[in-house]
Amino acid sequence: MTKNPLSMQFDVEDFLPATEEEKAYLVQMRPSSTFFKDGCKRLMKNKVAFVSMIVIILIALSSIFVPMFWPYSYEQQLGVQPGMPVDASFNNLAPMEYSRTEQTTISQGGKVFPHVFGTDAAGRDYFIRVVYGTRISLAVGFFASLIVLVVGMTMGSIAGFMGGRVDMAIMRLVDLIYSLPDMLMVILLAAVMRESIGDSLDGTIFQAIGPNILSLFIIFALLYWCSMARLIRGQILSLREQEYVLAAEATGAGARWIITKHLIPNCISVIIISTALQIPSAIFTESFLSFLGLGVNAPMPSLGSLASDALNGISTYPYRLAIPAIVISLIVLGLNLFGDGLRDAFDPKLNQ
Amino acid sequence: MADKTSAETPLVDVRHLKEYFPVNTGFFSSTPLKAVDDVSFTIKRGETLGLVGESGCGKTTVGRTILHLYEPTEGEIIYDGKPLKTKDDLREYRTKSAMVFQDPYSSLNPRMTVSDIIGEPLDVHHLCNTKEEREERILQLMDRVGLNSEHASRYAHEFSGGQRQRIGIARALAVKPEFIVCDEPVSALDVSIQAQVINMFGELQEEMGLTYLFIAHDLLVVRHISDRIAVMYLGKMVELADATEIYDKPLHPYTKSLISAVPIPDPKIARASKRIALQGDIPSPLNAPSGCPFRTRCPYAKDICAGSAPEFKEVSKGHFVACHRTAEIN
Repeated sequence: MTKNPLSMQFDVEDFLPATEEEKAYLVQMRPSSTFFKDGCKRLMKNKVAFVSMIVIILIALSSIFVPMFWPYSYEQQLGVQPGMPVDASFNNLAPMEYSRTEQTTISQGGKVFPHVFGTDAAGRDYFIRVVYGTRISLAVGFFASLIVLVVGMTMGSIAGFMGGRVDMAIMRLVDLIYSLPDMLMVILLAAVMRESIGDSLDGTIFQAIGPNILSLFIIFALLYWCSMARLIRGQILSLREQEYVLAAEATGAGARWIITKHLIPNCISVIIISTALQIPSAIFTESFLSFLGLGVNAPMPSLGSLASDALNGISTYPYRLAIPAIVISLIVLGLNLFGDGLRDAFDPKLNQ
Repeated sequence: MADKTSAETPLVDVRHLKEYFPVNTGFFSSTPLKAVDDVSFTIKRGETLGLVGESGCGKTTVGRTILHLYEPTEGEIIYDGKPLKTKDDLREYRTKSAMVFQDPYSSLNPRMTVSDIIGEPLDVHHLCNTKEEREERILQLMDRVGLNSEHASRYAHEFSGGQRQRIGIARALAVKPEFIVCDEPVSALDVSIQAQVINMFGELQEEMGLTYLFIAHDLLVVRHISDRIAVMYLGKMVELADATEIYDKPLHPYTKSLISAVPIPDPKIARASKRIALQGDIPSPLNAPSGCPFRTRCPYAKDICAGSAPEFKEVSKGHFVACHRTAEIN
């Protein structure tokens, strides 16, 4: 029945009591949401950060898993076979090219795994060298940031929480360290360490990374914690005035309890963000040092040393410089954009 | 005999408490800020002592110093007949005393769930041996302050002000304390919620035999809950008496003006009563007036008030006043 628009007649159905379903529709309990979940949700919405995260994850996973099934290894000179004359046709292959021996195998119906990025001057598969270089760069970036995080967090939280003379001493130390030229320190320490420890690293897990990278770690632990410590000290100074810290003191909690249960959890977002932004800077430093010849020990490649080696044949084989350069750029750009996204997602003050 | 002493020994005995904070006034010089200047009082077991005064007069500092959150500059706090000297004394004291804070928003850690907040004192003092015991104790506390057990896994920001204050109270009750310092526990709440929380404080006191130091600036709230009331002005205690006595027969001119400022719901009586308005502002505690701190605003001030600080003395039983001219002006 159509209703006359001018009629004053009520629709009786509008006045029926609500059913259980309708009532349930009105009572909506918001599911409990934590700060972390909210942050992740915001991070997923940020397309740039999300894509960078995927790129970083892909690069990291492939640097871990590709060497497991790749038929060539990073130090194997393919032209050098025991008991056979050196086959120079393996050297300096262009991408997807095959050497004379391999072409013979293929013409006889055999299968040969392609050299995706060709080979270098010593006949080593270039793709696997880039993968290993990425692995080294990522590992250096990750561990260096971890060292910076641990040292910076400890010093910063002690300075901020203790205050007074302890704070004064730590902050003057930070000022002092800021005035030291860090790159010069890395180069000097690397030279000193190469002389002093020499071969004593052989046989330990540090052999593969060599004294140069070890000195890089040491320099990071000694010098680069300053900005992290300053950041965390500032956070803790403001957080320790909060009443919940006083409440914890009133229940008799000690300094350690208050720092680990109240202060650190409340500045964890700042910590994550600055660590994420620290990784690319460490990778950059490592590449730069390797480029100068102060990086990992040969034959272990790193992205910087690959780029450095490629300089010799730049006019003939420009792609050998381009490939590691692109990978460094991808990693550094990806991590920086991801770090920015993290900051936007987890720093509530920026959202308002 | 033993009974008599325990009845007479006050639970908390504060003697000549002073709390000075150094304030940098120049590059090398610092002046002490006398937040609390020579305050003495006692709190009997099971009673509620209300502490009132205007903002910045040192009420909160007294409360926090009593709990040893600030180290007293001078004076002692004697709890249950024993002075707090060693670390062990203090640790034991922490399991007998607790604090409820003013701001229900900043007094709860935003990264902790309600059950972790309430369970924190239990964890700090290792009061529960098993997880089940801890869980049960937390749920029992939540039930006691009127929170749902489903709220245990939620975070503090999901609650309203009144509910947050209940969480704070549950945290204070976790150690089964004897003595609770309530630092303006209701001044941040709506009036309707204030009544609920105040009544809960009363019920808890009856049930658990609690002793309160109730700090507030709302005189009606203090009158409702307190057995005795202390009035502070500029770091000093000016009057201390039974709650009814201080309302009916205030002796100190400052107390008189405070009481006269309490709004009266009946307009007829309100019109008849005289409001004593004070002149000027509270002086800076960095540069307190000589002699009686109140003399700059006191309508009865004479030369003697500038000369020496009045003694805090008992004028009638249980009624203490710090004023040179008590006898003359009343």
